[in-house]
Amino acid sequence: MPEVRIEHISKQYGAVSVLQDFSLTIHDGEFFTLLGPSGCGKTTLINLLAGLDELDAGEIYFDDRPISHLSPKDRDIAMVFQSYALYPHKTVFENIAFPLRVNKRSKAHIDSEVRRVASLLRLENLLAKKPAEISGGERQRVALGRALIRQPAAFLMDEPLSNLDAQLRVQTRSEIKKIHRDLKRTTIYVTHDQEEALSLSDRLAVLDRGVIQQVGTPHELYRCPSNLTVARFIGSPQMNLIRGTLISQPEMIVDLGHAHIPLPPKLISTDSSEGKSREVIMGIRPEVIRVQDGETSWKAIVVGVEPVGAHSWAELRWGDHVLRARLSVDVVLVPDQVVGLEIDTNDLHLFDAHSGERLS
Amino acid sequence: MNGGLPRRLLLPLCVILVLLWSLLPILWQVTTSFKPNSELLSLPPLMPASPTFEHYRVIFDEQPFHHVLVNSTVVAFATTLAALGIGSLAAFPLARLPIRGKGTFLGIVLGASMFPAIVTVGPLFVIIRELGLRDTWWALVISHTSFSLPLTIWILTNFMRELPEDLYRASRIDGCTPWQSFYHVFLPLCRPGLAAAAILVFLFSWTEFLFALTFTATEASRTVPVAIALFPGLHEIRWGEMAAASVIVTIPVFLIVGAFHKHIVRGLTVGAVKG
Amino acid sequence: MRCMTETRVGIAFLLPALTVLALVSLYPILALLWLSMRHRVLPFQIDQFIGFDNYALLFVTPRFWNSLTVTGYFAGVSVAIEVILGLGIALLLSHSFKGVGWVRAAVLLPWAIPTVVTAKIWDWMYQPQVGVLNYVLQAMHLTTAPIHWLGSPSLAIHAAIVADVWKTTPFVVILLLAAIAMIPRDLYRAAAIDGASSWHTFWHITLPQLRTILIVVILFRMIDAMRVFDLLFVMTGGGPADMTETLSIYTYKILFQTLQFGYGSAIGVVMFLLVASVSLLQLWIGRNEFRRMIGTQV
Repeated sequence: MPEVRIEHISKQYGAVSVLQDFSLTIHDGEFFTLLGPSGCGKTTLINLLAGLDELDAGEIYFDDRPISHLSPKDRDIAMVFQSYALYPHKTVFENIAFPLRVNKRSKAHIDSEVRRVASLLRLENLLAKKPAEISGGERQRVALGRALIRQPAAFLMDEPLSNLDAQLRVQTRSEIKKIHRDLKRTTIYVTHDQEEALSLSDRLAVLDRGVIQQVGTPHELYRCPSNLTVARFIGSPQMNLIRGTLISQPEMIVDLGHAHIPLPPKLISTDSSEGKSREVIMGIRPEVIRVQDGETSWKAIVVGVEPVGAHSWAELRWGDHVLRARLSVDVVLVPDQVVGLEIDTNDLHLFDAHSGERLS
Repeated sequence: MNGGLPRRLLLPLCVILVLLWSLLPILWQVTTSFKPNSELLSLPPLMPASPTFEHYRVIFDEQPFHHVLVNSTVVAFATTLAALGIGSLAAFPLARLPIRGKGTFLGIVLGASMFPAIVTVGPLFVIIRELGLRDTWWALVISHTSFSLPLTIWILTNFMRELPEDLYRASRIDGCTPWQSFYHVFLPLCRPGLAAAAILVFLFSWTEFLFALTFTATEASRTVPVAIALFPGLHEIRWGEMAAASVIVTIPVFLIVGAFHKHIVRGLTVGAVKG
Repeated sequence: MRCMTETRVGIAFLLPALTVLALVSLYPILALLWLSMRHRVLPFQIDQFIGFDNYALLFVTPRFWNSLTVTGYFAGVSVAIEVILGLGIALLLSHSFKGVGWVRAAVLLPWAIPTVVTAKIWDWMYQPQVGVLNYVLQAMHLTTAPIHWLGSPSLAIHAAIVADVWKTTPFVVILLLAAIAMIPRDLYRAAAIDGASSWHTFWHITLPQLRTILIVVILFRMIDAMRVFDLLFVMTGGGPADMTETLSIYTYKILFQTLQFGYGSAIGVVMFLLVASVSLLQLWIGRNEFRRMIGTQV
């Protein structure tokens, strides 16, 4: 159960540099997620950790042991693939047993270990079947089983849920979480699905073009995205982002053109040079927006409403912008209706319009 | 139906014509092999009036045809084994491992399959004579293996390339050395490719003529095609016995084509035809 | 344990194949070049370096030019017929009907049997007195006297072409059949809805879709036909009057019947260059298609 330390690594394919001077530490026993859009380098990173690809520079340590010169089989890791990568010519039993077979373990040991893993994953009745004869969800569990049987120091999971349908994905997600809770093994998980990342991880890192945007707990990343990239990536639907001007007079105000938003003193440090204005982007999460029929200082026009059961999504035109808001289903709105907006200014996010860095 | 032959009769008619064109010459040879010598000197009758196995008896009893058959069989099987062993080893890195210049290498392999055999047969003859391998099975197995390697590598590389990339990665994670990945995962999974390659290599070796003609001298290593080409007969050509020998050498071919027709097609078209 | 890099492992896997190809294909080519510059006649123990004299001799030898013409004529005519006939048979067998699998297997048979047997089969049928071909022609009153198919200098090469067409058309059929099966059905449905005639459909859909495979087939067949040996060697031995003596047969005779290894090697080199340049020409014509075939993937 090692701490995984990635220090100043670089990797390029031909002329394309995927990772450059990249460092990251993953704690012992942690469930750590690498989150990012495709092409952000997360799969490259997991391949480097697995030993499926070779580093150009830098070093990876498991605890204090450098491992970049080790081949995959000597790294004591297991991996679950997006495609599951089950061996089509082997039965479920043989698939799960394969890592032990290659390690030349005794027949009795293999047998009992496969039974143990199979019962953990409810695969007992499928052991004699071939991968082609079982469902997608079952294949996924077999892939997990093949990883679990090794009892490795660390698990690597490369988008293991993305080939499942929505319902199975949620179900398997909680299963993976439970397994991690029981085994407490360092787990490094790659996904492009922010909901998956938020629900599973102890900590996560948002990657974009090979660069870490932010590392932290799901809560930290949701509450305090450190830049626009993270703000855009975490949360679904996306945070509303509106361009405006930050004015200090001396109370802080964001001028959106059609509205002035006074900021609570705690939100932003006042050391920014007084009297000057700067271009900012203001972020409002859909769930901090409320509407009411009564008079408020901000008026919006309802564009559309989609009820989705527990709540409904509303699109509200506010000046030149369209805001997405999560409203209670009890709020009945019709298109073109004029409503008053209420926004808790304590929950606002402010970013520099040029650098994209968080100000608040 | 617009005058002339009705369309629905046209198709079967053409099919029958194609079948006759393909099979009649072979059937004529079979017929010939059962005709006594007297009936071979004139036509009609087309069909043997008094069918006989005499020609078959002669080639086995009075000629060393069984030696020749054994030679052909041993050489063809050994060639198939060698070509598949060496070829599958080469195909694995070409399909899966990150090696620079793989495309170039495959191009060269494809190019090597285009060498006219006659070009290499002279220098090879010199080498084989120097090594004292003339008129041995070895001479044929080595030359046949080398000439069927390009096709084998081509077929197997294409087969392995079609296997999902993650399978190789998974096997590495599961603790396989590259050799174990190859042996436990890739080899079993490309069984259809191995079958296709095996059949084509076997047929090549079984029917090959130029090397067999050049490198063999006696019945110690002479194969069936050479034996048929050099059929003994001082004054007259012994058509009946030649036909009998032809039929015997064709029977395995016939069985292979009947049983593995699909594999042959797959082997010949892999790489050349893609969806 | 230090991991062997995958590149090194890969080279280890390739080593046996590289060795065999180098020893049995590459080395002989180099040896051929070397031999071609020597005057070497085995039985007389003659062996000396003579530079390009063999080539000079070659270019003033009428028999060489004759074999070049014969090879070109044989390859050109037989490949043309095979491709056209093969396309027809492939289109025919691309229909689905009962037993089509067996018909396809039966059509493949002539390709699979030994060429030596093919040569003997046709030799026997071509016999002037006892051959079935002359018997049928006379019985149908198409000819009055038996024709010496393989004995006539003008007929022999054509008789050989027929035998070659019989033997190798199946190869063309197989490749074309597979390619036809790959043509998206929707193209035909769209054409049918647009009211295209079957000729139109063939000309504007089938043929363009078969472009790649036709280039491949013609390349393979040309190379094969240019090095033709077995069929003619067994059927005619290059005769009558050298009218079926192709480059391969000429080379073989010089090498192994007169044992002039130097001069024979020079013919071999010329032949190699010829086949290589025809291949390169075709590879260049179909360069896009071939690049896709070799498909260097990352």
